[in-house]
This record gives sequence, structure tokens and C-alpha cells, in this order.
Amino acid sequence: MSLVFLWTDLLIWILFGAVVFGLHSIKKSKQARKQWREIFESPIAMASAVILSVYVLIGLTDSIHLKFNQENRWAPAGYENQVLSPLDLSLWHLVKNQERTYSAPFASHEYSRSILYDENGQVQQVYRPLKFAAVHLENPDNRQVLWQDLIKKSGIALLAAFLLTLVVFVFHGYFRVRAYVKRDIRVKPKRLPWNWGYLTLFLLLAVMSILYYLSHFYHVLGTDKVGEDVFYQAMKSIRTGVVIGTLTTLVMLPLALFLGISAGYFKGWIDDVIQYLYTTLNSIPGVLLIAAAVLVMQSWIAQHPADFGSSEQRADLRLLFLVFILGMTSWTGLCRLLRAETLKISQLEYIQSAKAFGMGGMHLIYKHILPNLLHLVLIAVVLDFSGLVLAEAVLSYVGVGVDPTTYSWGNMINQARLEMAREPMVWWSLLSAFIFMFILVLAANLFADRVQWVLNPRNS
Amino acid sequence: MLAYIIKRLLFAIPILLGVNFITFALFFGVNTPDNMARAQLGAKQTTPEMIAAWKADRGYDKPLFYNQNAQGMNHVVDTLFVQESAKLFQFDFGRSDSGRQISADIQERMWPSLAIALPTFVIGLFTNIAVALLLVLFRASLLDRAAMVAAVILMSISGLFYIIAAQVLFGKMLHWVPISGYESGWSMWKFIILPVFIGVLAGVGSGVRWYRSIFLEEIHKDYVRSARAKGLSEIQVLFKHLLKNGMLPILTGVVVVIPTLFMGSLIMESFFGIPGLGSYTIDAIQSQDFSIVKAMVFLGSVLYIVGLILTDIAYSWFDPRVRLR
Amino acid sequence: MSKHHPVLSLSQLSIRIGEDDLVKKITFDMYPGEIFALVGESGSGKSLTSLAVMRLLAEGLTIDPDSGIRLADIDLMAQSERQMQTIRGKRVAMIFQEPMTSLNPVIKVGEQVAEVLRLHLGLKSKQAKAKVVELFNEVGIPDAAERYNWYPHQLSGGQKQRVMIAMALACEPQLLIADEPTTALDVTIQAQVLNLLKQLRDERGLAILFITHDMGVVYDIADTVAVMRKGELVELAHKELFFERPRHSYTKQLLKDSIPQVRQRVLQQKQALLELDDLQVHFPVRKGIFQRKVADLKAVDGVTLEIAKGETLALVGESGSGKSTIGQAILRLVNTKNGQIRWLDQKKGWVDLGSLKERDMRPYRKQIQVIFQDPFSALNPRMTVLEIIREGMVTLQVGSQDPVEQEARVDKLLLQVGLFPEHKERYPHEFSGGQRQRIGIARALAVEPDLIICDEPTSALDVSVRAQVLKLLDELQQKYGLSYLFITHDLSIVPTIAHKVAVMQQGKIVESGTVEEVIGRPQHPYTRQLLDSAPSLVKQRIL
Repeated sequence: MSLVFLWTDLLIWILFGAVVFGLHSIKKSKQARKQWREIFESPIAMASAVILSVYVLIGLTDSIHLKFNQENRWAPAGYENQVLSPLDLSLWHLVKNQERTYSAPFASHEYSRSILYDENGQVQQVYRPLKFAAVHLENPDNRQVLWQDLIKKSGIALLAAFLLTLVVFVFHGYFRVRAYVKRDIRVKPKRLPWNWGYLTLFLLLAVMSILYYLSHFYHVLGTDKVGEDVFYQAMKSIRTGVVIGTLTTLVMLPLALFLGISAGYFKGWIDDVIQYLYTTLNSIPGVLLIAAAVLVMQSWIAQHPADFGSSEQRADLRLLFLVFILGMTSWTGLCRLLRAETLKISQLEYIQSAKAFGMGGMHLIYKHILPNLLHLVLIAVVLDFSGLVLAEAVLSYVGVGVDPTTYSWGNMINQARLEMAREPMVWWSLLSAFIFMFILVLAANLFADRVQWVLNPRNS
Repeated sequence: MLAYIIKRLLFAIPILLGVNFITFALFFGVNTPDNMARAQLGAKQTTPEMIAAWKADRGYDKPLFYNQNAQGMNHVVDTLFVQESAKLFQFDFGRSDSGRQISADIQERMWPSLAIALPTFVIGLFTNIAVALLLVLFRASLLDRAAMVAAVILMSISGLFYIIAAQVLFGKMLHWVPISGYESGWSMWKFIILPVFIGVLAGVGSGVRWYRSIFLEEIHKDYVRSARAKGLSEIQVLFKHLLKNGMLPILTGVVVVIPTLFMGSLIMESFFGIPGLGSYTIDAIQSQDFSIVKAMVFLGSVLYIVGLILTDIAYSWFDPRVRLR
Repeated sequence: MSKHHPVLSLSQLSIRIGEDDLVKKITFDMYPGEIFALVGESGSGKSLTSLAVMRLLAEGLTIDPDSGIRLADIDLMAQSERQMQTIRGKRVAMIFQEPMTSLNPVIKVGEQVAEVLRLHLGLKSKQAKAKVVELFNEVGIPDAAERYNWYPHQLSGGQKQRVMIAMALACEPQLLIADEPTTALDVTIQAQVLNLLKQLRDERGLAILFITHDMGVVYDIADTVAVMRKGELVELAHKELFFERPRHSYTKQLLKDSIPQVRQRVLQQKQALLELDDLQVHFPVRKGIFQRKVADLKAVDGVTLEIAKGETLALVGESGSGKSTIGQAILRLVNTKNGQIRWLDQKKGWVDLGSLKERDMRPYRKQIQVIFQDPFSALNPRMTVLEIIREGMVTLQVGSQDPVEQEARVDKLLLQVGLFPEHKERYPHEFSGGQRQRIGIARALAVEPDLIICDEPTSALDVSVRAQVLKLLDELQQKYGLSYLFITHDLSIVPTIAHKVAVMQQGKIVESGTVEEVIGRPQHPYTRQLLDSAPSLVKQRIL
């Protein structure tokens, strides 16, 4: 067994490290700590943060890739020499239990009839039973039996979710008690709405564990055209969404910060050049620029297949490239904002005072300008996240998104859309993708809303 | 005013050159004309002569940026980049891979795009402003808060979902309108009504939030207080004083997109089978037709720059403090 | 209406936000033709009181239901919002402090006035327009008919305030509320606007509720004075009585602080420290497609000055006269076009700062420091007080570089400027304007300068705070022999602080000399004009 590092894995862990480091420095600054407390004083922000962290956590467990050797006893049977993540391993039963074709959620038979020759050689059109769903039931066609089974199993899962929440509660409680003992008794901060956090966590875990537990016995969200479990696809898509939403920031931020501050601080010809740069980039319609870049990349890959290793690596590089090109097209907005704010700040008297101390250049920018821009950066990053997750779906639809073999909500929608004309409709792939995406985007938007409200100087 | 427009158009030239450079570098830098020829002619038995002929036919046999064999200015002029750019600047987009005149295609397909994009834009703008003003009138009330929650939810739903859900509901289940298709003339209304409705609905969440925050920012300004001290009612204050000032920041974001309405909407047109420029582009992307993509990139940039100029002109109209020089 | 019936009568007016009372049981009456000055420092509740009369308090503020507000025979507390709309602008009108922002920037000024006439008097547009022109003439706007079609940005500050006054008077209200109407204006304009208000009162028998913090203005204009402090009315008296025998201790202190103390300030020995010789600073005016420079804005146009060790030179001028640019030029924050900035280096003798490179300028940066006007933008909001004060010591390598010793010095500096060591961990927004100004002074002191350029350091402060800050500056001068270049638009503080005065107009020094010479025997017409416009209370003392 060995670790395999895909490019995006590496970057996402670097980003994770940077965020942890950032949180650590927040802890040191009294002002920043106060602002973050204020953000979390809103129950909605608390709930959204819990949802976001669960999504990110799932994305992270899907960002460790292991390669199994033939004789490894951890290796799941039949898939030696595959590169798998912990998420794959925990959903292994779904990878293994592939059906032949479409089936609805909790169905015991396939969705469409297939032609079968019975032993007499007669042609028959029958709904074939599913190979792996509802096989433990003696009479799966009986609705009552099915419901009873579902309720019983959901009960067990609910209990597990409750215990899991309890574990988190106790674990977190330990730290809270420790912090309480060491607290500064002179200040009485507002209590954070932890109960809302726990409630959200419990609800989320309840839904997740019910789906997870039942997925051992049913296809909880149905199967797609080639019989693959939709729940598995939706879970795997989380990583793609999170990677695109966060890593793009990693590309976009340094550009926007460096160019925006330079333009606003140095003015003159530097400003002219930077303004020219972003006006030019802005003038190209975003989708077209992305499309053009992705098309070029596709033909490049097609012409040099040898350079790109395995299909996983190719798909990953394509994801990375998409992130890169999204970053290249999305820095202009923030850059313009930072330029304007830098122009405004550099007129202020504390900048003049610093200059009167002989301070200048990078030192002055780092000490006096950058800290006063960070709230804009933070707001932009959280706001962009949801936009990027939504953009992925559209780009995949247009055909310039992630690799068709990569699991993503966009790809799920794109594939399912072709079946829209079917009567009756195959709706579960679409709906699952939309709901998984909606919850993430809604949480991100609500959180962004709160961040914006707290960090906006006008509201204090 | 005229001097200003001429000045701005002159400024547009370096920007368009930059756009050309980016697309050129993307297409020719990574994908050499030889590769293109091979891809176009098919892999089977392409001789160097065939490739050379293909390149000569399209003028792709020149060097990219610098022609060593030429004289004087022709070092630079007689190159693929300058020749291609010159053609684009004359709006001569050449032929697509399927052999059709791109310029003619664009002229024909522009109108269906506009038939959808223009009503969406106008109705959307009015809806957003009206709702935002209403919320400002009832600010900090239950209605305001509920509407803000609704706006965040509307914003968080993928645009694709709106389209698919509406097609299924109104087209497939209720049979109110055809699911997709297009006819010119008066009968087009039944084809455009659903896309327009979806376009407005998909934009209403973010639009209302944005305009509301603009109006709320204005409402704390001194002139609003003076207007109230005059004895104006809240509605008069909103419509007479606030709206006119709030329009200024709205103009910045809105006017610039007006020219680009010609480009149509990619996903809307492709879902509803509208023969506009959006679906034209998407077909080109999916069939990897570089000439069309290049033409659309250039056209998009030109329209964007026109939009920037229009924004400035609109500003000088609405804001007496701005004089164009 | 009889003279003996009050126009406005407040009884037990209380205004609260949540549980806190911001205005506490205010009671007073105003009579026709009376100018009633409501005086107080920021946060005293005087503006809230006036907004309560208009029933225009911001959301979240409520008037106590037991309060009484009567306008002549109308009980304003009992009016519905709709009824109030027929009263506002018609029977009570209001003008505000900031004429720049109080007019709608995108509507023609004439139209903004005509709007009131159409609304309340039901005039047709043509009649309304004729009436507006008439009003404009009355309030002294030249070319009234043409100005009707102008937009606010095309008018000067004084003219905008005249438009506001015309708008307020359009429907001939009984009561005019003027909320600090002259604070944002230069002294010469202030005097004109005050005269206009007095004249209108005389002609129309108007009652004016005049809200101000400026005792000089009160002395010139008021008939009756009421002083508010922290939401309470502490003193109410006729003007003469008020200025002769103030009763409340707070009022006494307020009067003492707002009237300049004339002090004879003589330097024992005079040793020149800084000399400006024919200093010129130009800013390019660019135009056209290629932003070619077409002209120079001569911000500073040949200024010659001299400051001695331990001396305060007051540089007086109205906004736009170029006085702040001189300070920036000395600090090398702007480049000089011509002339010399000579600084006496103890070792090297005279050095021309204007010709130095930034690196060679560094040793002199610790000798010349600056404090600013706006206490809100002078301190970086993301730094603690400790970081702010220590910044200069670290950057310019002044004193010990050991963090612990530096911290001890910061403690000392804080005590010196009247703050406490425990303040050092706080952020600027936790302090009041006066305290911030003290932090700014400590920051400048930290590098042990010889000259401090004070760029309007007190103009954003309340009078009592202003007096304290001036006193602090004076003490520091006595103790360390500091020199000050004191840039100000306010003539009244000059005798309190300065040894010498220079008066500036349009980039040039028009008159300079000792305080007694310039203020006592002004030669230049501009100096005389400035002195004439000063409130008579100030004039009496300093002349």
C-alpha cells in the first residue's frame, strides 16, 4: 500500500495547512478573534459553517489516494492496483454492486423492461430484479414490508447519528470546559449558538447515516444508465465541487492582491499597465475564454498522450487546469476592488504618518495597506466559492468542464439530461445532483452573507 | 462628446489587440497550423504536400510573429498574427470548419438571441428594481427579511435546475408551451416566453439583493433627510430622490451588458433549441470549431468595449457631475 | 399671532434608544422672532432634539410618549406621519450642517426648491419657478434665473447653504431649525450666512432654533441661549445674562475654553531651526487624450518662512490656500518645484531637505514629525496603540531596540499625553476623538523630534477637548523646547498658541509677523477681512 499524490490532492492539503495556519494567527489577534466570534454569533452562520465543514471533510477524505498491491489484506477484493481514497473504501459496497442499468431509488427491479427468453424460448418483456438491492427482503414488492424495513433500519442509523453527535459534543465539551476555566473573568462575551451547531450536525449526520446504512441494502438514490449507484456519484462529486471552489482562490488571490495593490499604491504607468491587463481579460466573455483554453488543452492532451500517465492523472490534471483557468479569469473583479481601496487608503493620514517615519514600499504595504484590505479579500473568497461551484455545472454542460470520467454534479446533470425525454422521466440523478449542490451553495451563500455583514465597517 | 467617443475608440484598439494576442497565442501557440491541418484532413495518409496546400489555402503558411524573409515593416506585417488580426478588425471572420461564412451566420443568428436576451434583460431589470424599492420601503420588516431569505435561496439554485424544472413542469406535464424550438414572426412568443421567465427568475435573487443594498446605502444620506424635511412622503422620497441617485451605481453594472445581449445565452439557447448565437457558440465549442470560437471571442470583446463606452455616456446623462472630455 | 404665544414649546422631551435616555426631559419655549441657540458638544443631544421636533428621528430612536412638543397651536406628538408631512417644510423647516451633501446631487437646485412650493402650496410649475427666482434673489444668490438650472456641484458651499435656506423659507414657515448651518463653511462665508439669517428673522419675524457648538456664533446671533450636556438642559438664559454671568460650572468652563486666552509669548533666545526660502510646490493639471500637462496648479507659490527653536509659527489660511501643502513639502511627502527647505543640522550646519534623497532624508525624519487633523484616519485601525506608538522607534531606530524597554517607553509616553499604560493593548476605535489625537501626539513624540508640524490638529474636536489638547501641546513645548508649525484656519486660537503668525492666500504669504503685529495691526486687506469675519466675541478678546 502506498500513498499516491495527485496534483489537486497536494494543493488542497497545502491550502488546508494555510487555512489552519491562518486560524492560528487569528487566535493571536484580539481584533480578528472578536470579528470571528461575531460571525458565529448568528445561528445561521453557525449552521452553515457546520454544513460547510462536513462537505469539506468529505472532500478531504476523498483527497488522500492510496494504491493497493496485490497481496495487501486491506485491499478490497477485485480492485487491486487501483488508486482509491478512504471515501471509496467506505463506499466500497456501492462500487462493487453495480447494476445493469437504470433503477429508481429503493427499487427492487430495474426501471425499464428488458427482453428475456424464458425456458420455452418465448420472448418476454419483464422488469428484471436488481442484483444487489432489496435482496434481503423476501417479498420486496410489498410496500408495507418495504416501509417497515426502511423505518427499522433508519432507526438504527438515527441512533448511530445520535451517538456520533454525542461523541463530538463530549470531545468539544472538553475543550470548552478547559477554555472556560482559563477564561478572562473580566470580559463576558456573548454565548455562541452551539446548540444550533449541534442541531445542524445531528440533522446532517442523521440524513447521511440513514442514506449510508440503507445504501448497503438498497440503491438509495437509484442507479444511472450503466447501473452505477447515484449516491456514490453524488458523494464523490463533493470533492470536485470543493476543489474547484477553494483551489481557484489559491490561483486568483495572489494575482489579485499583487496587481491590485501595486496599481493602487504605485499609480502612474504601473497602474496603466495593470488596468490595461484586466480590462483586456475582462472584455473576453468568461465562458468563451475558458472554453477556448480548455479546447486548446484538450487537443494538447490528445496530441501528447504519453505525457499524462494514467487516466486518473489525466483527469486530475484536467481538473487542475480548469481550476487554473478559472483563477485566471476571475481575479479581475477583486483586483479592481483592491486597486480602488488601495487608492483610497493611501490618501489616509496614517499612511502619510508612516511615510513621515521614512517607511515605504513593501514594508508600508505589508504593515498598513494589506491588513486593511483583508476583509475585502475574505468577503470575495467566500462569495466566489458558491459561484464557482455553480459554474462547474454549467461548464460541464457546455463540455468544457471537468473530465467526463471525473465525478461531478455537472457531469451527473449533463448525463441525466439526455434522458429527460424518457417517459416516465429518470429524475433521480438530476435531483440528487441539484440537492447536493444546493445544500453546499446555500450554506456557502448564507455564511458569506454573515461574513459580509460583520466585516462591513458600516455595520459596526 | 464626439471627441470623447473617438478617444475611447482609440483606446479600444490596444485592448482588442491584446484580446487577439491572447486568442492567437492560445490557438496557434499551442496548436500549430501543422497540427490543425492534420486534424482537419484526417489522420489517414496526409502527405506534407497536402498539409502545405491546406495551410497555403488558409494563409496559415506564414510565420507566427516575425517574418525573417520579409523586408522592412513586413518583418512584422507579413505574419500570421498581423494578417489574422487585420481580418478580424475588418469583421471578416472567414469560414467555419463546415465551410460556411461565419459573418453571415452571425448576422442571421443574432436576432433570435436578441429576441430572448432583450426581454429578459428589460423585464429582469424592472422586476429587480421594483422589488428592491418595495423592500427598501418596508425595510427591516418581516416582509424584508422573508424576501432576503427567499433571495438567498433563489441565488443558491443552479441555473440548470430552473431550466430543467420549468421544461418538465410547463412543457412536459402542463403542456402550456412547447419544450423547445423557435419560429420567427409573431408566433415566436410561445417559444420565448419560458426562457424569458426563467432568465428573469434566475436573476431575481442576486439582482434584488444587490439593488436593495445600493438603495439602503443611499437612504442614509443627507439629501434623503432633507427631502423628508421638506414634507415629502416616503414613496415620493423613494421614487423622486432615491431612485435617481441609486441608478448611478446600477448603471455601472447594467449598461455594460446591453451590447453583449447580442451574444445570447449559451445554456438557455441550447436547452430550448433557439437558433441564436449562444447555441451557435456552444455547437462550435462542442465540435471544436476554432474559427467560430475565435470570431465569437473577438465579437464579445468589441461588444464589451462598446458597453464600457455606453456606460460612460449613460453616466454623463444621469449624473450632472460627470462631464465627458 | 401674539408675541406672547410660544412658536415652539417643548415640555419634558425625552428621547431614548432601547433603555437609554439620550435626551432627558428637556423643557423650553420659543417665541416669534426669537433666535434660540441650543448649544452643546457632540453627543449632547442637541441635534436629536431638533430632529424630534421634525419627528424625523432615525429608526430605533423613540420619543417618550409623555413628552410634549407643540408648534404654536398644534400638538406635534399627536400628529400622524401623514399629517406631519403637511407640516414639515411648510410650518417647520430645517437646514443642515453639510450643504454639500444635503442637496440631491442629481436634481437641479431650482427644481429642488420648486418641489416644496408645488407640494405645499400647490403652485403650477411656472408660478413655482418665478417664486424660486424671487427666493434666490432674497437669499442673495446672484443670477438667480440662471442658477435655477444649475446642479449642486456647480455652486460654492456658501451658495448651497443659501439654496437650502431658500428651500426652507419657501413656504414661509413659522419655525426654522438650523442644525450647525455654518460649521462646514469658511469664516468669511460663515459671517455672510449668519447675517442673512438675522436679516430674514428681522424681515419675516421668523423664529430660528439655532443649533451650534460655537460660542462665538452664539454671541453674534442668539437672543436666548440654552446649553445641553449629556442629554440634559443645564442652563437657559438671555444672551446678555448668559455671557455676563453664566451660572452652571460646565457653562463657565465652556465659555472659558471657547474664548481665546491671549498670552504674551516671548522667546528668551532665538536660534533659527528651519527656513523656507521661496518654496514652490506645483501640481500638474492634465488634460486631453494623452493626459498632457497643460498647466500647473501653484499650490505653494514662493513662500519664505522661518521657525526658531522652541517657537510656534501659526500658518493661517482658508481651505485651498496651500497651507497644508507646505507641511507636506517639509516632510518631503510632496516634491518641491523650486526653492529651499533649510534645516539646521547640529553637526553639518544648514541642510537643504528639498534636495535630499529618501535615504539621506532618514536622519531628519526623526527630527521633524507630524500630527494630523482627522483623529479617525490618522491611526491605522488594525494596529494596537502599542504598535502605533512603537512604529517610529522601530522604523527610525530611535532609542533602545529592546521590545521590553520600548514598551516601557510607550507606557511613559502615554502617561505624558494624559492616557494610561493599560490603553496600549487597545485599538483606535475604542477611543474618543480627543484621546486619538493624544495617541497621535505620542506617536510623534516617540522619536524625539525637534519640530512638529501640526496640521489642523484641533479643528475636528469639541471646544473643551480642543483646549485640553492645546494645553498639552504647550506643556510639551515648555518641557522639550519643541518647535511647532501650527497650520490652522481658525484665527481665534492663534493668540493662545503662537509666537508668530503667517497669513496665507492662494499659495502666497500675504502677511507675517508677531501675533501682536498681525492681529493687532493688520496691514493686508485679506488679513483684515479674516479678522472682520471672526465672531465678535473672539474679536473683542484678541484685539
